[in-house]
Amino acid sequence: MNQLKAIVIALVREFIQFLRTSSVFLRIMMLIFVAGFATILYRYLFGIGAISNLNDAYPWGLWISFDVLCGVALAAGGFTTAGAVHIFGGKKYEPLARPAILTAFLGYLLVIGALWVDLGRPWKIWHPMVLWQPHSVMFEVGWCVMLYTIVLAIEFSPAFFEKFGLEKARNAVRSFYVPGVIAGMILSTLHQSSLGSLFLIVPHKLSPIWWTPILPLMFFVSAVAVGLAMVIFESTIAAKAFKRESEIHLLKDFGRAIPWVLMVYLVMKIGDLVARQQVMLLFEMNGMAVAFWIELLVGILLPIAILTQRDAREDGRILFGAASCVILGVVLNRFNVSMIGMRSQAWQTPYFPHLLEFLVTACVIAAGIIIYAYVVKHFPIWHEAAHSGHSAE
Amino acid sequence: MKGFLIDNSKCIGCRACMVACKQWNNLTASKPVFFSGPGYQNPRDLDANNFTLITYNELETGGRMNWVFGNRRCMHCNDPGCASACPVKALEKTPEGAVYWNAWKCIGCRYCMFACPYHIPTFEWRSANPEIRKCTMCYDRMKVGMVPSCAKVCPTGAILFGERADLVAEAESRLRNNPSAYVHQIYGKDEVGGTCVLILSEAPFDQLGYPTDLPKRSLPSYTAQAMEAIPGVVVGLGLVLGITYKLINRRGEVAAAGEKGGRA
Ligand code: SF4
Ligand code: SF4
Ligand code: SF4
Repeated sequence: MNQLKAIVIALVREFIQFLRTSSVFLRIMMLIFVAGFATILYRYLFGIGAISNLNDAYPWGLWISFDVLCGVALAAGGFTTAGAVHIFGGKKYEPLARPAILTAFLGYLLVIGALWVDLGRPWKIWHPMVLWQPHSVMFEVGWCVMLYTIVLAIEFSPAFFEKFGLEKARNAVRSFYVPGVIAGMILSTLHQSSLGSLFLIVPHKLSPIWWTPILPLMFFVSAVAVGLAMVIFESTIAAKAFKRESEIHLLKDFGRAIPWVLMVYLVMKIGDLVARQQVMLLFEMNGMAVAFWIELLVGILLPIAILTQRDAREDGRILFGAASCVILGVVLNRFNVSMIGMRSQAWQTPYFPHLLEFLVTACVIAAGIIIYAYVVKHFPIWHEAAHSGHSAE
Repeated sequence: MKGFLIDNSKCIGCRACMVACKQWNNLTASKPVFFSGPGYQNPRDLDANNFTLITYNELETGGRMNWVFGNRRCMHCNDPGCASACPVKALEKTPEGAVYWNAWKCIGCRYCMFACPYHIPTFEWRSANPEIRKCTMCYDRMKVGMVPSCAKVCPTGAILFGERADLVAEAESRLRNNPSAYVHQIYGKDEVGGTCVLILSEAPFDQLGYPTDLPKRSLPSYTAQAMEAIPGVVVGLGLVLGITYKLINRRGEVAAAGEKGGRA
């Protein structure tokens, strides 16, 4: 108990110290966080309608599209990397594993944080654990979020135990780490795909460009692609921001894997449109068709074209650009499925996110950046820190 | 299962049902708002204080322009999308037919609103403890043997309350006996697997704002496919990953014999 108390105190102290000495950029993030947090408090008093343009016609908006759907997709680097390293024998990619797991862990915590804003009665967030409705996709989503967050905590815990020199706990985790990784991969598969399943129930509302019975499969495959892309994206930025050596020799292999996944995705997308005889919709001149084309050209074809070139993959900047395209494509896809592709009735109020909705989303992102910057600085996340037996206090 | 037969051709647009609904359910009055579109209609859409809405549509029927009134409310689907969407069973199809919302269970995720094909459940956007609101088929009245307020008060009998099976028969006989007065369709008989609210109309349903592109299949059946795959995915993936790990790791152990154990 005393040890726990000491650890908590040490962490809080260290974090405050970190905030005090942080850079201008992080200070701006803190400002955004505080402003967003104030907005959230206001919402707890006056309701979701007081800070958003959500309405009865559009019960879901920016927070679901970005904070939840994109948040979970972008956290997919965790299970793909953990799987590659610990299950599929890619030991040499181990330096990428901890950062990826950290990003995923933070991602999931932030998704839960965002749910505390978006849910109408967040204090009942635990209800799906006791009031079962196994027919509900949302029920599955709730369980996946909870269980996978626990798994991510386990996957992240070695860094924590190493930092505080808790050898016993560290070894205890080692004994069930692999089953943990497997559980994490299963849960991720379910969770990524179930976010697609959420939209199966609206065949009449979602444009047939996107509504398909294989939507869950597409969500899963695109999550794998964007998971790999996120590892590249994040390591490149981290290398720049923290002035460390880039892991390009490892990242380029991730870059090589991406086109294969994207090609599967592409075949699914086109094949599905052909099979459902909806191809003509893509040639109508409207916003939905344009949104689809951007998704297809920028998010899928362009990165395939780039990343199948060997030289391109080995150039850090081009690799980063291609990864960014993949991310953009998947983010746009999630918006298309949950917002842009939604057809409403003539009598309904249209929706565009309120400025404060953007602020809340920015607040969530800012929180992520601040915590990430703190953790990579003070925990053995990067291989140089992990291997030097770094352990503070 | 109980239900309504709403005969729009009998509706005179008096809105007594809207008022009766407000009175019984203690709903506050809403301020009239101006919006482009049908002249005398108010409010524009259902909301947390309007569980039923008479829509005003200027349409040509029988060769002349006419007011045609539509009636929007929860359809009390036989296999409701909202109830299958709700993660905590806050919305339930009761044996009596009403789809009923339980306040204490609801977490406010609004998936029910999203899933409902008729855009029915509404939300208290300005409340710190918001509720999902919609027509309850006057479940509380039903429980004590009373007819729902709106049906009770309707002066022309446009809203008929009764056993769904009887209402279907009644609707069919109206269509048979007076074919020229109606569009030949009982809206709600088959839509999304059938609903407890059945509607007859003198003008095409899409012109009254009723969604007509709905599948005949119940909406929960679309998600059921995906949900049924879960156990298979869990077991299959578990086996594949476990075996892969064993195989690759054994190979790795042989190859890396002597090398110091890596981090887990
Ligand atoms: S109309 Fe909508 S709210 Fe009413 S029972 Fe059907 S799905 Fe549920
Ligand atoms: S908002 Fe409430 S009633 Fe609707 S699906 Fe969510 S928990 Fe169920
Ligand atoms: S059945 Fe009751 S709750 Fe529903 S519209 Fe009629 S009066 Fe209102």
